[in-house]
Amino acid sequence: MTTPYRVLIGKPGLDGHDRGAKFIARALRDEGFEVIYTGIRRTAAEIAATAIQEDVDVVGLSSLSGAHLRLFPEVIRELEARGGGDIPVLGGGVIPDEDKEQLLAAGLRAIFTPGTPAATIIESFRDACSQQ
Amino acid sequence: MPAASSKELLKGLAGKDPRAIGKAISMVENNADGAADILAGLDRERIENALVLGLTGPPGAGKSTLTSSLIRALRKHKKRVGIIAVDPSSPISGGAVLGDRIRMMEHALDRDVIVRSMATRGRLGGICASAGAAVRVMAASGCDVILIETVGVGQSEMDIVRLADITLMVLAPGFGDDIQAMKAGLLEVADFLVVNKSDLGGAEALCMDMKQIFAEKEEESNIPRVLQTIASENKGITDLLASINAFADYLQTHNIKKQRRVKAMESETLDWVFEMLRPRFSRQLQTQTEQQQTDPRVRAKQLIDETFKR
Ligand code: B12
Ligand SMILES: Nc1nc2c(ncn2[C@@H]2O[C@H](COP(=O)(O)OP(=O)(O)OP(=O)(O)O)[C@@H](O)[C@H]2O)c(=O)[nH]1
Ligand SMILES: [Mg+2]
Repeated sequence: MTTPYRVLIGKPGLDGHDRGAKFIARALRDEGFEVIYTGIRRTAAEIAATAIQEDVDVVGLSSLSGAHLRLFPEVIRELEARGGGDIPVLGGGVIPDEDKEQLLAAGLRAIFTPGTPAATIIESFRDACSQQ
Repeated sequence: MPAASSKELLKGLAGKDPRAIGKAISMVENNADGAADILAGLDRERIENALVLGLTGPPGAGKSTLTSSLIRALRKHKKRVGIIAVDPSSPISGGAVLGDRIRMMEHALDRDVIVRSMATRGRLGGICASAGAAVRVMAASGCDVILIETVGVGQSEMDIVRLADITLMVLAPGFGDDIQAMKAGLLEVADFLVVNKSDLGGAEALCMDMKQIFAEKEEESNIPRVLQTIASENKGITDLLASINAFADYLQTHNIKKQRRVKAMESETLDWVFEMLRPRFSRQLQTQTEQQQTDPRVRAKQLIDETFKR
C-alpha cells in the first residue's frame, strides 16, 4: 500500500465562500488524499502554523472575495518564517487573469479559476506532492 | 525539504520544534526509514510522566468542542498539550477529510498546543495504528497532557481504552439508541462519562441514568465520574478537569497507571507483531493455488505450522 499524500485546504481572510474549498477537499479525499480543512476565516499565520504541525505535503488556498493578492503571498511568508518555505502552495477561486502572474511571481505554484475541471486540479496536487 | 535524519529530528523534538514534531510523526506513521531510530531514541522519562486522555463517543456528541475547552483549561494551568484527532479513512479511496481540527483553531498559534490530525488508514478500532507512537513522540517533545479524540464510535471500538491512561466517554442528549447499544461495551470500560450539551433537554435524565451505571466506580475512588458539560459555552470544564486530575492522582498512587501502561505496551507490541507478519503470510497465500477449498481456519493452522515448525 502506498502512503497517502497529506494536504491542507485553507481559507484565509474574511471570505465566507466555502463551497469551492469543500468541493476540492472532497474531490481530493475521493482520490486518496488525506485532507486537513481549516474552516473559514483564518489568518495567514494560523494556516501556516497548522500546515507545519500537520506536516502536509502541499497547501491549497481558496479565495473568492478579492483579497488573494494580499493573503496568498502572506501565507507563503508565514510558512517561510516557520521553516516551511519548501511547502508548495496552490491557489484557487475568483482571481482575475492579471493577478495570476503576480501570484505566480510571489511563489504560488499554480492558480485555478472557476470552471477548472476537478481532474486538472487533482493532477496538480498530485504533481506537487510527489515532488516533496 | 530533504528528508531530515533521525538524529536531527530527535534533537528537534527535545527542543519542541513544531516542524520536527510533525516530521517525526509522519515518519512513524508511514513506517519510513529511520522511524525505528526515532522511536527508540525518545525521552522515556517524559513519556512516563505524560498523562494520556482518550475522548470517545458517538459522532457529533461534542468531542472536538470539548477537547478545545479542555485545551483552554489546561493552558491556564501552563500545561503543554498535544492532541491527536482521528477521523476515518474512506474504505474505497483510502482518502480522508480530517475536520476535527476546525473546532480547535483558536489554539493554532499557541506554541504549546500541538495538534495532529490522523486518518484510521484501514484500522477498525476507533484510532489509527500509529496513535500510540504519535502519543510518545508528543510526550517526548514535552507535552504534559495528550488528548486523543477517536472517530465517532459505536460499541466495539475500544482501542482507546488500552492506549489512554484515562478514557472519557462523551455523550449527549438525543443519542438514546447509541447509548443503549453501548451499555455492554465502551460504557463499562470508560473511566468518565461526560454528559455534554447539558443545555439541551434530556441531559438531567441521561445523567441520572449514567450515574446509576457508574455508582460502583464512583464509590471505589470517591471521585465524581459522571459529569455534565456545555462544551460550546465552556461550562463544566473546570469541574471536569478537577475530577480528571484527582483520578490521575488516584491511578498514580495506586500504581494503576503503571499497570495500565504495561498492558498497553504489551498489546500494542502484539498488534505490531501481527501487522508485520501479515505481508509475509499474505504472500504465502498467493502462492498456494490448490488449497482454496480448505476451511480458512484449518488452512491458517497449516500456514503457521509450515512457517514456524523447523
Ligand atoms: C455561491 C456564491 C455565494 C454564496 C456562498 C455560499 C458558500 N457557502 O460558499 C453566498 C450567497 C453566501 C454568497 C455571498 C456573498 N458573495 Co458570493 N458568490 C457565489 C457565486 C455565485 C458562486 C461561488 C461558488 O460557490 N461556486 C462554486 C464553487 C465550486 O466554485 P469555486 O469556489 O469558484 O471553485 C472552483 C475554482 O475557483 C477552483 N478553486 C476554488 N478554491 C480553490 C482552492 C484551491 C487550492 C484550488 C487548487 C482551486 C480552487 O476550483 C473550483 C472548481 O473549479 C460567486 C460567483 C461565481 N460565479 O463564482 C459569487 C461571488 C464569489 N460572490 C461575490 C460577493 C461580492 C459576495 C458577497 C460579498 C455579497 C453579495 N453581493 O452577495 C457575499 C459575501 C459572503 C462572505 N461572507 O464572504 C462576488 C465576489 C466579487 C469579487 N471577488 O470581487 C462573486 C464573484 C459574484 C460577483 N460576480 O460579484 N456568495
Ligand atoms: N447545544 C450544544 N451544542 C454543542 C455543545 N458542544 C458541542 N456542540 C455542537 O455539536 C456539534 C458537534 O460538535 P463536535 O465537537 O464537532 O462533535 P464531535 O463529537 O467531535 O463530532 P465528530 O468528530 O464528527 O464525531 C457542533 O455543532 C458543536 O457546536 C454543547 O455543549 N451544547
Ligand atoms: Mg470531532
